[in-house]
Amino acid sequence: MQRIINDPDQLVEDMLPGFLEANKEIVHRSEANPRTVVSNFCGGEPRVGIVTGGGSGHWPAFIGYCGQNMVDAVAVGEIFSSPTAKAFEQCVAEADQGKGVAILYGNYAGDNMNVKMAMRKAKKAGIEVERVVANDDVASASKDEPDKRRGVAGEVFMWKCGGAKAAMGGSLEEVIACAQKAIDNTRSIGIGLAPCTIPSNGKPNFSIEPGTMEVGIGHHGEPGVRVEPLKDARGMADEMVEAVCADVPFGEGDEVALLISGLGATPVMEQYILAARVFDDLRDRGISVYRSYVGNYFTSLEMNGITLTLMRLDDELKECIDMPVRTPALVQQ
Amino acid sequence: MAETIRNEGSAGVALALCEAIHESKDRLSEIDGATGDGDHGVNMNKGFMLAKDRIDVGGSLSDALETIGDTLVDDIGGSMGPIYGTFFDTIADDLDGVAEIGAPEFGEALADAAEALMDLAGAKPGDKTLVDTIMPARDAFNEAEAAGKGFADCLSAMSEGAERGWKSTEGMQAKLGRAARLGERSIGHLDAGATSCYVILSTLAKEISARL
Repeated sequence: MQRIINDPDQLVEDMLPGFLEANKEIVHRSEANPRTVVSNFCGGEPRVGIVTGGGSGHWPAFIGYCGQNMVDAVAVGEIFSSPTAKAFEQCVAEADQGKGVAILYGNYAGDNMNVKMAMRKAKKAGIEVERVVANDDVASASKDEPDKRRGVAGEVFMWKCGGAKAAMGGSLEEVIACAQKAIDNTRSIGIGLAPCTIPSNGKPNFSIEPGTMEVGIGHHGEPGVRVEPLKDARGMADEMVEAVCADVPFGEGDEVALLISGLGATPVMEQYILAARVFDDLRDRGISVYRSYVGNYFTSLEMNGITLTLMRLDDELKECIDMPVRTPALVQQ
Repeated sequence: MAETIRNEGSAGVALALCEAIHESKDRLSEIDGATGDGDHGVNMNKGFMLAKDRIDVGGSLSDALETIGDTLVDDIGGSMGPIYGTFFDTIADDLDGVAEIGAPEFGEALADAAEALMDLAGAKPGDKTLVDTIMPARDAFNEAEAAGKGFADCLSAMSEGAERGWKSTEGMQAKLGRAARLGERSIGHLDAGATSCYVILSTLAKEISARL
């Protein structure tokens, strides 16, 4: 294992100062909690506060989306491990501008518990707080068990839409409804080619045999739905589009936002090779792509693999997805 | 043998818990490595060592347990922070202000803690989690108490129940937590959380008994 680190147990502590200084025009660290990152744009004209958080190792999730018109405060966890309830609690305090706070995060056991505890404390402190739990990964559980599905790259759309709604002056109820609608209309699937290694563990957290690929891989190496002989990019794209489209279902006449993300070690060039076929496949199905994002939007350390996310749009979600944002990871004019 | 221990001055029980987790660190990580991230021992040790430094050595048991609970919630995160944090905070709340802790007080605190933990984690018996250690432990304690046994016997029944429950996780398929993603492949491995829960409950039993 050759990595650019100092101490394998201090990755998050060692990363944050670099991130914060490089992006000091957009974000800063909370004075009350070293694991709470706050947008410099939070605190102008009062609006609903947007909070998220999760384990580290998924750059640009989660801190990379903290900024103007997107997320106001982010709770930072250890590698692949939920932030503390206290960090979420501080996020709520920082993001609160008197109009309520929406916590928008992914469906993982640790995050659910810590958010739940933070919400209890925030409510006691008199802050109005609600949550939306992303569950866009179609491979993580069957359609009949949406509560068991994990949140993956679709969370980016949830933050984008929730943040936009708040920026438009929406009430907490409207922001929550919009973020919920965004994630309800979003589906994702991943394919894994090679595992990642958490430096403090020192060994890969799972294995994928040469010549095979794992369809439905999770963001922490959670096993997918099946292991198959490795296909070319076209074959992968066809399979991913089918899995995602069959689930909502997306169909002829739909307009979608498209997000393709590498899992960390995947060259962006290869992501565009896959994207080319995805565009063809969607055209064949009569689905038009309103806006697309291709790049490393939600990764898993140095895992090799790729995810596909589609969000079905209506007028409201289109307006949200078009909203300009300025964050360390995403700048949209 | 006395039937109660004094709450005041019994912080040593909590310190012994921290020590027991510290000593189990490598074993917990090893067990976790078979089905999870392999960081359970490291995380638990981090939390309990932080707590140990914050415990008032001459203080009450309830205050010391609250220090452990608050440290786990505030500084550890993940799944284990809120789960064990809630467990210890609930026991501490129940015992707060109780001068002499006997079987009825401890039994009630244990039952409340088990309840709070299940409510937070959403885990049921058979899911291959620490609930599978704590529920048989709680039941064994209650049965012993109902049968009119003394506090020491109730505690030793709790310890035996915990051990039985912990060992039963080896044959279970994980339904919750990261190991759940392994499905059938999780069978044949002990659950790491159930293991640390056994360490905690058996240490509690031993240390309280020693002070009766």
